[in-house]
Amino acid sequence: MRSVLGDRRAITVLLGPALLVYTLVMLVPMGWSLGYTFFKGNVIEGFTFGGLGNFTKLWNDPQAHSALWFTFKYAIAVSAGQVLCGYLLALLYVFVLRRSSAVVRTLVFFPVILPTVAVALMFQKLFAVAPQNGLANVALEGLGIHHGDWFAGAGGSFVVLVVMDVWRSMGFYGVLIFAGLLDIPEETLESARLDGATGWRLIRHIVLPLSAPVLLSSVVFSINGTLKVFDSVLALTNGGPGSDTTPLTLYMFRTAFSYGDYGYGSTIASLLTVVCLGVTLVVFRFSRRDLTKG
Amino acid sequence: MQLLAGQNALPVQFAAGGTPQLTKTLDKAGQVLDLEKTLKDLGVWDDLQPAAIKTVENLYGKFNVMPYQFNIEGIWFNKKLFADQHLATPTTYDQLVAAAAKFKRSGVTPFAADGKDGWPLTRLVSGYLYRELGPDALEAVADGKAKLTDPAYVKAAQAIADLGRAGYFGKGVGSIDYDTATQQFLTGKAAMFYMGSWALGDFNDKTKNKIGADNVGFMPFPTVAGGKGSADQIPANVGLPVAVSAKSYNAEVGDWLSCITKNYGAASLKDQGTVSGFKPNGDTGTLPPLTQTVQDTITKTTTSTLWFEALFNTKATETSQTNAAPLVTGSLSAKDFMQKIQTDLDNG
Repeated sequence: MRSVLGDRRAITVLLGPALLVYTLVMLVPMGWSLGYTFFKGNVIEGFTFGGLGNFTKLWNDPQAHSALWFTFKYAIAVSAGQVLCGYLLALLYVFVLRRSSAVVRTLVFFPVILPTVAVALMFQKLFAVAPQNGLANVALEGLGIHHGDWFAGAGGSFVVLVVMDVWRSMGFYGVLIFAGLLDIPEETLESARLDGATGWRLIRHIVLPLSAPVLLSSVVFSINGTLKVFDSVLALTNGGPGSDTTPLTLYMFRTAFSYGDYGYGSTIASLLTVVCLGVTLVVFRFSRRDLTKG
Repeated sequence: MQLLAGQNALPVQFAAGGTPQLTKTLDKAGQVLDLEKTLKDLGVWDDLQPAAIKTVENLYGKFNVMPYQFNIEGIWFNKKLFADQHLATPTTYDQLVAAAAKFKRSGVTPFAADGKDGWPLTRLVSGYLYRELGPDALEAVADGKAKLTDPAYVKAAQAIADLGRAGYFGKGVGSIDYDTATQQFLTGKAAMFYMGSWALGDFNDKTKNKIGADNVGFMPFPTVAGGKGSADQIPANVGLPVAVSAKSYNAEVGDWLSCITKNYGAASLKDQGTVSGFKPNGDTGTLPPLTQTVQDTITKTTTSTLWFEALFNTKATETSQTNAAPLVTGSLSAKDFMQKIQTDLDNG
């Protein structure tokens, strides 16, 4: 094996095609997009060189700031919700339902395969106040909570958006973490139980540390997915009311394709790339420290 | 479409959708056929409605789209509900507000409005502006002679915000879409409905219109006390106009255009009951009374106005329409609403 991988020609043959495709479909467009950040204009009128103009515009653009802030807020809330609910579901599967969890797993996983637009339409109706009071509103009013129009303000829209996306994806994280929990050897749990660890203490001192790697991958998955949220926002609130629920992705899309400003759109895209990269690095840094400790 | 234009690959006809700005940009890049010259060369220029020509020129600076639709806008009202409340058709804005208050008290939603798309709400702002400042109110903004943040302009946004604050658009106006708003009006749940004459198709459709077509009345946006505009200046538009590609023009396209210009007006009235910007030559069939009213109003109209976003750039248009619901639900003040749009106009 070593002799094969030590051979330069073999490496070229094995990696070459994949690297070529990757370069063509990923790296070249990325470089191209980076190039656009220095230009103004669009494909119809042609491009003119704008220097660092797009970057100073980004720095001073209140709409970009609020989009960035919303992106963070959303990513943190939804990631926390997804991973926490996923973890609780996984614990439920492993320790409460045990062998009979297949049916529940399937049911909870079901929303993952539904199209986002359909889910968003359903949530619009659930939380609507007009023309009919939605089911969710009826239920909440039964509990004595009168919220009024959820989609009229930034806060209400945000809550519905987070609830929807957590509901939509917790099944996926449930299964992901479930697979990780299955890897914990039964003997370890058995001996912990013999030592008197039950319930919360068993989870806190045995299950949680042993499932840290899969938990970490879930967090990385989740944060990177939620930072790039697009479809659910577009379908549920269309970024509204006003631009109160507009994340960077939607702002980028509108700037480039609706307003025809490719350069500034690319600049917003590069900000998003930097944010994703930064967050991933931070998460990995944490993970490394944990592993050396453990 | 931008991508197709960038590759010189626009189809022979394409929707001049979005804002006039995009079509103007395409025109600057030499992609849009000059229809005035073409139709004059083909000898069919006189088959167009003069009012439609004027509206297209207002929008695009010159005549370069085919007016397959020609619409006027105003407030449609439920005659029976007005009679029940002993109300005459409002001719001033104050009377309109008083009527709305009376409907609200009796449990009828005064205005059905599609707040999800936003434009039916901003149309009320421009309606007020045109009555208050005259038909060139928004051209002045486009030319930079006035700003939307000027007190007179903010006053118009405030007037519409006040309608919302009083609850005249009903509950959850930001979640109401076009079909729901139409349905509210046509099932008698709402007394008034600001809309363009393209909705005639729905009004004349017995399965949709539960209040009866003869129960629907039309009033132009009423006058504002002390304002410079008058109620006979009707907002008009050419619906979803279609431009013709300059690069794909040839003799066959010319034949097709001249045939359409001569015959489309009558065919459209006869088959679909919609009014177009072409003169109806020949057999139009019997028109429903409402359609006849619209046709008569168009004939009488001498000055037409545009809608709120007509001369805005794409970004300002979107800002205006997405912030219309927050304006009437009170989460955005009239001043901030106008400021946001003006900022986009200044940066555009």
